[in-house]
Amino acid sequence: MSTAKIMQQGKVVPWLYILPALLVIAIFIIYPVVNTTMLSFRDRTGEQPASTACVPDGPCWGTFENYRYTLTNPEMVTALRNNALWLLVMVPLTVAAGLLVAVLADRVRYESLVKAVIFMPMAISFIGAGVIWRFMYAIETGQANQVGLLNGILVTLGAQPVPWLSTSGINSFALMVVGIWLWAGFCMTILSAALKGLPTEVLEAARVDGATEWQLFWRVMIPMILPTITVVTTTMVIIILKIFDIVFVMTGGNFGTEVIANRMFKLIVTDTGRSMAIAVFLLILTIPLMIYNVYRFRQEEAMR
Amino acid sequence: MKPFSGLNNFFRKLPLNLTVLVLALLWIVPTLGIFITSFRSREAVRSSGWWTVLAPRSTAGQDTYNQYCGACHGPNGDLIAEADLADPALVAKYPRSNRLLAMLRAEINGSPHLQDPPLPENPNEALDLLAPILTYMGTLAGGEGAGSAGLTLRNYADALVGYRGTQDYLTDCEQGVASTLAKFDCNSSDLLNPEGMGQAFLNTLYVSIPSALLPILFAAFAAYAFAWMEFRGRMWIFALLVGLQVIPLQMALVPIAKLYIDIGLQSKFLGIWLFHTGFGLPYAIYLMRNFLGSLPREVFESIYIDGANHWTAFWKLALPLSVPAIASLGIFQFLWIWNDFLVAKIFLTTNPVLTVQITNLIDPRGGNWHILTGAAFLSFIVPMLVFFGLQRFFVRGLTAGSVKG
Repeated sequence: MSTAKIMQQGKVVPWLYILPALLVIAIFIIYPVVNTTMLSFRDRTGEQPASTACVPDGPCWGTFENYRYTLTNPEMVTALRNNALWLLVMVPLTVAAGLLVAVLADRVRYESLVKAVIFMPMAISFIGAGVIWRFMYAIETGQANQVGLLNGILVTLGAQPVPWLSTSGINSFALMVVGIWLWAGFCMTILSAALKGLPTEVLEAARVDGATEWQLFWRVMIPMILPTITVVTTTMVIIILKIFDIVFVMTGGNFGTEVIANRMFKLIVTDTGRSMAIAVFLLILTIPLMIYNVYRFRQEEAMR
Repeated sequence: MKPFSGLNNFFRKLPLNLTVLVLALLWIVPTLGIFITSFRSREAVRSSGWWTVLAPRSTAGQDTYNQYCGACHGPNGDLIAEADLADPALVAKYPRSNRLLAMLRAEINGSPHLQDPPLPENPNEALDLLAPILTYMGTLAGGEGAGSAGLTLRNYADALVGYRGTQDYLTDCEQGVASTLAKFDCNSSDLLNPEGMGQAFLNTLYVSIPSALLPILFAAFAAYAFAWMEFRGRMWIFALLVGLQVIPLQMALVPIAKLYIDIGLQSKFLGIWLFHTGFGLPYAIYLMRNFLGSLPREVFESIYIDGANHWTAFWKLALPLSVPAIASLGIFQFLWIWNDFLVAKIFLTTNPVLTVQITNLIDPRGGNWHILTGAAFLSFIVPMLVFFGLQRFFVRGLTAGSVKG
């Protein structure tokens, strides 16, 4: 922030402008973070220390008992594994899909139409998207006609219908498809803006030197928009760490599709201590990204 | 100009165009599916895929029709003049297969209506059999009636009032006998039925508008101070706000819910407005401060030299100039809250919003697609209008910074 003071003001005046906002933030973000952290060391009702939930002779982490649950409970292990799977599979695919559309749409005349179609899912709720895709994956048992499109196609081709959402091993990927469908447009929009901002002289120079479009893409465009790709990827990582609505509405976390945030939601009434420990764990996972965002912000400010 | 260069160009660009069009098609088909389904009758939704509507003249049900009815009524349905199955008016008398069943159970000229083959005794089996026949009768009658091509708005009526019966709301209201009508008056007051999407729509509007405006109000003042005032800790506090943007809102659910119980704000609209304000603020301040900070310095210098203080500069200069930023932020925040599920589920238990109401309608066995698709589309109306009308602002609001909690 390099703005030198351009008008004198008292020491009090700036605080009058920012205090109302800071007060609201203190009540709704800072205080809950402290309170939730404290509750994560209490039992299911928040009345007793977490260690009271320990079974005699069973494994016990004392005050950190709820964190033992968070890291070792089988349901939680499934959730952690699924979140990792989403991060490793869904995030790269979404960014790649967004980049692909951004590059391809740039070369056709109906670019804005295509981009609107791809971006449209961002405007509707994740719950609505869940309904759309539940219907895509729907399965009818017995002799009835399939009404879900995917099984309709399978049956037309002479194959057996697949219970997409209740077959573990398939269902997590079926949910990731929904995620890609939702967020590819978001990635596309940001990456497309970065591509259009590339200096045309550089691209022309590479073409004159005989670079093919393929080489141009990998050797010139990708390195030049790498900072933007990083930004998009970190944003996607933050979103996916907290992934909840899609899983909640499509499988409820059943059949091996559990994720961290859904587990936290399920326990919120029945076991506050564990639920809060999961929330804190989620926060801990976002801290590196938080630090990275602040670092990036400081760098941008330095360049202004 | 070389001969055929236009044609060459066309073929050279064909793979590109095909790829782009296929991608666009893949993206739009899922939404198209529930859009079409929301206009199909319950029987049609249950008996055939929505894509059959796109076929020019459906043969769905033709085999069953030929087997049971073709011998007497003829392949085109018009062999018996007194009962012309190709007449839309006649077909319209049987919007559902159970009405057709009642008629077929009655004898004609002293003998059963259907003899060879006879109608199954089991009512469910009979209904399963009649659905495709009815579908084909609709096709014969030129797509009117309950046929696969016949489109209806009845699902939307069911979704709006939140009706779950064996027939649709309008039909049941005409007949007035269904037990599922207990909570309904069969007049416009049903639109405000607490279990319907109509009331949920109003609730969502009532949640979203203040929740979008309040953070902007708070953020505008703070952003002005961060952009154009000098004070100790300015940089550090702002960096803190950048960090706070990614705090998962899961962190705040229980403490705030407990706080609201203590001060009587549980399940109150004011409570959810304030919660969204709190979590909207870091991003709102960040976006508006970046916008205000990028305004030309001379504009502010000249108004200060003219003797204006910060209060005047804020109202007369900063606020009018930030209208584009406010529009982007407001539209983005509005849609974000319109689509929110988690916060509304926790903090507004007695007044369900659209997303919560949709999850209430979901049948785990998948039996009520006709209502669910209608309900989903009712919740899409506002986002779609905003998206197609104000796309520029929405995209800018969504992509201007990092991400919200």
